[in-house]
Amino acid sequence: MKHTIAVLVENKPGVLARVSGLFARRGFNIHSLAVGTTESPNVSRMTIVVDLPERPLEHVTKQVYKLINVLKVIELEAGSSVERELMLIKIRAVAEVRARIIELADVFRGKVIDVGTDSMTIEITGSPEKIQAFEDLVAVYGIIELVKSGRVALGRGSKSIKDRQLRVAG
Amino acid sequence: MTMSEVTGAKALFLALEAVGVEHIFGIPGGAILPAYDPLIDSTVKHILCRHEQGAAHAADGYAQASGKVGVCMATSGPGATNLITGLASSFMDSIPVVAITGQVPRPAMGYDAFQESDITGIAGPVTKHTFLVMEPDDIAQTIAEAFHIAGTGRPGPVLVDIPKDVLQAKFEYKPAGPVDLPGYQPTTKPNQRQIVEAAKLMASATRPVLYAGGGIIKAGASEELVKLAEMTGIPVVTTLMARGVIPDSHELCLGMPGMHGNYTAVTALQRSDLLIGIGPRFDDRVTGKLASFAPDAKIIHADIDPAEISKNRKADVPIVGDAKAVLTELIKVIESRRGKDPVPDYSAWLETVTGWRNAYPYRYTQTQDGPLKPQYVVERIAALTEGNAIYCSGVGQHQMWGSQFIPFRRPRTWINSGGSGAMGFGVPAAMGAKVAMPDDEVWCIDGDGCFQMTCQELATMAVEKIPIKIAILNNAFLGMVRQWQELFYSERYSEVEFGWDIPDYVKLAEAYGCIGLRVESMDEVDAAIEKARGVNDRPVVIDFRCDKGEMCYPMVAAGSSNDDIILGPEFERDEPVEHEQGDHLYGDDEEHGN
Ligand SMILES: Cc1ncc(C[n+]2csc(CCOP(=O)(O)OP(=O)(O)O)c2C)c(N)n1
Ligand SMILES: [Mg+2]
Repeated sequence: MKHTIAVLVENKPGVLARVSGLFARRGFNIHSLAVGTTESPNVSRMTIVVDLPERPLEHVTKQVYKLINVLKVIELEAGSSVERELMLIKIRAVAEVRARIIELADVFRGKVIDVGTDSMTIEITGSPEKIQAFEDLVAVYGIIELVKSGRVALGRGSKSIKDRQLRVAG
Repeated sequence: MTMSEVTGAKALFLALEAVGVEHIFGIPGGAILPAYDPLIDSTVKHILCRHEQGAAHAADGYAQASGKVGVCMATSGPGATNLITGLASSFMDSIPVVAITGQVPRPAMGYDAFQESDITGIAGPVTKHTFLVMEPDDIAQTIAEAFHIAGTGRPGPVLVDIPKDVLQAKFEYKPAGPVDLPGYQPTTKPNQRQIVEAAKLMASATRPVLYAGGGIIKAGASEELVKLAEMTGIPVVTTLMARGVIPDSHELCLGMPGMHGNYTAVTALQRSDLLIGIGPRFDDRVTGKLASFAPDAKIIHADIDPAEISKNRKADVPIVGDAKAVLTELIKVIESRRGKDPVPDYSAWLETVTGWRNAYPYRYTQTQDGPLKPQYVVERIAALTEGNAIYCSGVGQHQMWGSQFIPFRRPRTWINSGGSGAMGFGVPAAMGAKVAMPDDEVWCIDGDGCFQMTCQELATMAVEKIPIKIAILNNAFLGMVRQWQELFYSERYSEVEFGWDIPDYVKLAEAYGCIGLRVESMDEVDAAIEKARGVNDRPVVIDFRCDKGEMCYPMVAAGSSNDDIILGPEFERDEPVEHEQGDHLYGDDEEHGN
């Protein structure tokens, strides 16, 4: 089962390695990981999608929380959070099919951000499902390469992650 | 230099003195060299080891014996990587240790400089935390934080890596301020509601067992544990890491559970309807096959580390907190509920347990003319020292015999590499224990294999006059591995025989400036032990030439259920047992064998 967790960490060298190393050695399968700065200059935020076929998510959150540089770990449940991913996709696009690809991109609210002699690069954001749907649709033209940002997510409503309590046993 | 201007190295020692460090185990080298100069003028005493692994194990033994944070120091690259086995052991057993390593100068870092290694990266998975100090200004604060992290919450090793030019830099020294780590706030106070839940379960159980783990030792909560056991009448099993939290002579102490634990402790866990785990890990060496572990038991699991709770076995009542606080609250709540809860009657259970205890004690046979039995040696050491010494151990059969046959009286007297099982732990750990507790007699119950991994610390101890006693239970084999090959590989012995004679342990001891003794038969045992006890200026090594084929029983084979505990041949024979070990009493002057 896939879970999305948000991890607030101190913005210090080596923190990403500590977190990803922990996942690797405990056998927690990372589906995607996105990291960036936040509203506080000394805090970074990771959004990690973890795939756990057998273990409860608690096993992960409690181990991650033990890392000294980790300030907070929260699960973002699908219903109560918004999730986005960004994809840049370079498609084989000879003159005859360009119009069709632009049309598709419009439907998905994508943007053409680069055009070559026989290729186009489209930027598209949205839920992972939407992005996957676009990728499937344009596959027939030939995908030269693509990159995804990994999922980022925020809880819905006016609260911040900082207002929420970590779930721990006891 | 202005008045308060110091080098980074000097700052390091000022910071170490400020957190109360008295001893460091280490070896110098290029990158850490600047630190060895202010050491000369420091109140901190450095013990020059012969191998960094020895230094790390010594820091561990020091910490286990005293409860203080142990400290080791090494240079960059190979010096630092040599510490890793020791740190990994401290990590598995939650032992507070701080390791200080030199690093290549900042401008050289990342260029594969001579003796550069990414030690914070390498040590990360086997430490509680690592620091890389990139500014001299940060030294004092980092040391304060490192000791705080190592010694509080669930203790563990912390590594502090300092580049050489940071140690050399001159700057205005400022002592550390208060430690403020926003990401590190261990929960020590248990939740009252959970305590009440636990008390209720205890009142309604019929076959409860207190499953005492190493957390009780760390929390200094032995008295509270004994009090809880006595006020409720609930029997206690003590894991390898918790031996001594309740005296083995106590009628409620069932001794050690686990792979080589006794029948009663193993079976009491299996048959119980309530396990009250205080600071244990539900380690596979205790649970056996997890799916069939204590199938009827409800679980109360108290630990200071929430990640331990429900990790291996789901807890019905999880309690996050320091073992001392948990036990104190439990005692209070049980007292206050007297009259409210039904008065539990565990007498039938205790009767069953006592029946097992009488029927299935640890057993071995020592005859007058037969080969020397390692169990007999351990029993005699325990008897002659009256269980008052600190006992350290390597890893293998000898370790299990030590844990089985020494009747422990108090905590912090059975010092092991438990979770990691690092051969070679015993000798340096005993050195560390003796440095921490100079007035205690310290024995290392070692194997011939283990001894050879770290025996170079004999030189350290001879020079520094650290008079420990080492009993090598020399069975000429990597005995524990041999045992597995005998049982599970149809007696096809592969690469396990060392032989009795090489090295000559007596000469080896003498070459290192220690006293070496050899014992080949049962009637030489006591005299050698007494002789060793009389030496107070250097280590004594006794080569006990033991039965090469002795097996360690009982045994729960790896991956098996605790229900399938193997008692061994002593319980299968028809002829009467010549010498039976059942009671854990001192001053037992009955004749051994006939
Ligand atoms: C560093 C290390 N290497 C290998 C092992 C595997 N191992 C466990 S017990 C053992 C045999 C130990 O031999 P010895 O010290 O003679 O003890 P005995 O079992 O004979 O009492 C070995 C090789 C280990 N635990 N640690
Ligand atoms: Mg051996």
